Amino acid sequence: MLDQVFVSLKHWLLGYSPAAIQPAVSILLTILPILLVFPVLFALTTVLERKGLGRIQNRYGPNRVGFYGILQPMADALKSLTKEDIVPASADRAVHFLAPLILLAVAFLPYAVLPIGRNMIAANLDAGVLFFFAIGAISELSVFMAGWSSRNKYSLLGAMRAVAQMISYEVPLLLSSIAVIMAAGSLNTVEIVNKQAGFSGIFPHWYVLTPWGFAGFVLFMIAATAETNRSPFDLPEGESEIIAGYYIEYSGFKFALFFLGEYLGMFAISGLGITLFLGGWGAPLPFLTWVPSWIWFFAKLLGLIIGFIWVRGTLPRLRMDQLMNFAWKFMLPMALVVVVSAGAWRFLPQGVTRWLISTLLLAFAYGLLARGVETRNKIAKRIYRFAE
Amino acid sequence: MLGLGIIKGLVETARNFLGSFVDKKRLVTVQFPEERLPVAEAARNFPFLIYDGVDPEQGLRCVACQICEKECPPRCITIEKSKDKKPDFIGKQQFYPAVFDIDVSVCMSCQICVEVCPFDAIRMDNEFELSTTDRFGGLLWTKEKLARPNEYYEAIHPTEAAEVEARRAEEKTQAEAKKQPSAVTQ
Amino acid sequence: MSQMSAAFLILAIVTMVAACAAMTLRGLVHCALALAVAFAGIGTLYLSLGAQFLGLAQLLVYVGAIAVLIVFVILLTRGGESDASPLIPTGLPITGIVVATTMLALLAWAVFHSFAIHSLGPPATPATVRELGTVLMAEYVLPLEVIGLMLTAAMIGAVVVAMKEKQDTQ
Repeated sequence: MLDQVFVSLKHWLLGYSPAAIQPAVSILLTILPILLVFPVLFALTTVLERKGLGRIQNRYGPNRVGFYGILQPMADALKSLTKEDIVPASADRAVHFLAPLILLAVAFLPYAVLPIGRNMIAANLDAGVLFFFAIGAISELSVFMAGWSSRNKYSLLGAMRAVAQMISYEVPLLLSSIAVIMAAGSLNTVEIVNKQAGFSGIFPHWYVLTPWGFAGFVLFMIAATAETNRSPFDLPEGESEIIAGYYIEYSGFKFALFFLGEYLGMFAISGLGITLFLGGWGAPLPFLTWVPSWIWFFAKLLGLIIGFIWVRGTLPRLRMDQLMNFAWKFMLPMALVVVVSAGAWRFLPQGVTRWLISTLLLAFAYGLLARGVETRNKIAKRIYRFAE
Repeated sequence: MLGLGIIKGLVETARNFLGSFVDKKRLVTVQFPEERLPVAEAARNFPFLIYDGVDPEQGLRCVACQICEKECPPRCITIEKSKDKKPDFIGKQQFYPAVFDIDVSVCMSCQICVEVCPFDAIRMDNEFELSTTDRFGGLLWTKEKLARPNEYYEAIHPTEAAEVEARRAEEKTQAEAKKQPSAVTQ
Repeated sequence: MSQMSAAFLILAIVTMVAACAAMTLRGLVHCALALAVAFAGIGTLYLSLGAQFLGLAQLLVYVGAIAVLIVFVILLTRGGESDASPLIPTGLPITGIVVATTMLALLAWAVFHSFAIHSLGPPATPATVRELGTVLMAEYVLPLEVIGLMLTAAMIGAVVVAMKEKQDTQ
């Protein structure tokens, strides 16, 4: 079947290798597709993003290089490879060199626990979701290393802001995932996808189609946007403010590696969102289950990427204090309410009651918290004082 | 309600995105080498020398008076007056510039040379696609490169050329009218 | 079995080198980063022993939060810029070696005589997250709540201290 074509391919290739090195070949065959597919997706996303943003902003995107500009990433790669690699004289050479490498290594690791298709997961860890978050937390250190090693005030400022932002938004991210873990009863990503595999009528059992799941998904996506420093949360790397923040002093290939790391992080966290809320590789409608599972995964990933690009083209950048206020005063309480709502959903019997109670809890919390975030009343009328 | 503004913004952006495929007027880009915007009539870039008739050497209006060389603020014009005189377009014996160089990398397009020329010999061109790979020699324009026919001037700046022609015709009739009474009185 | 020993050897060497580097490097931020590497090494050691939750929680909490906290503290207090000589004048290095060897001997004696060594290998049922959760919520719920209360008190205290400083500077 087309669904298992990659798994069969791997087993066939494995059959041709001598028995002694089979474990090593097996690992290699599992890792190689991840290392090939996601950077290609990164290249496609850069073109998609630039053309998409262009169309949103009433202009064409890049359209000179290939057929409608699709070979633009090749031009970008050539440019970043042939640029001079400038390291500031007072920079800390070892840390400056290591920062993009660590970021890249840490960006590739989370793909090991994402189920890309049926039976297509690199490492079926029992605590898969926890692994994902642990690795994501390590990437903050590399951001700090990049910012500090450049011995540049603005780069350091950007790094501190970036790390503060990433730490603040980790909490709603984790809490909304905890709601899902509670509902699924396991930290294993394959298990979570399997729990969302059924259909009732034409609606799949995805968690996003429950009230707490929907709120959790929205919170998760907002926190994911903030975690990967995407617009509108890209103050640490805002090009018009702090000119690329913590990677100011990087040029050429290392800059490209930072970009790669950032986009890979975006894909990984979208992948986790798909696994937790959107049913992983499951089909949305019961008569579409003949489409291979990995196609569904990538289709959903593409949908989320389009969502990211859309939001980037629409919203203005958030200021640092607005960002932090939003995280701690709105998203954290909302995430806690999502957890409570998920608990209520789990323990109430099936029917209208649990829908009603979940939704009411969420709406009530949302209404109250929204008042706290809006600043309509805080802008007081201006008082003029004149000298007498 | 919180979030309503964001949703309205997203809808607007989506409308722009999808509309750009349907309605070509939404995309205001002019794809440069294939499509160009029309250049304004009074646009100017670098100077050129005018010659009347068909022969660039003989019809050149410039008589090497060197006023533009002296008035040019960055001193980008280099003129060497000839030692002999040659007949110009109407047959009168005139000096001519043996060397007339403009260093275009220095020229600041201020048009002072045009304003001070008594013979309407130097005017501003509006060509801007001038990039060359030779940074020094390619940007030092000699007399051969600078000379353009009067028809070219009339093509790029029609109203200005019409004014210049009217003025020159008037001066010509005035000059002939001045000669006439002496012929009549004689 | 040899595979596990090789992994353990590599991880142990990495952790120890990182820990020594954290003590001996000149720049303060370098020390903090080496400490983060040591934490990561310990986390991977837990993972190699099969304690998935503990290893990943170590990575998440220590490397992801505590190392970042240390680094932030260094940044905010400008401690990393001074190349100060050690505060306490060092006498003979022999005292350090003697103290370290005594500590090592004490710890080794404690570990070898503890009950963990005498039990036969890893437990029959590996400690999954589910079991940890059940035990935490059923048997050890009082310590859990007390820890939660303590952490909340610490957070509130930090906020109060920071707020008071702002009012003082006004």
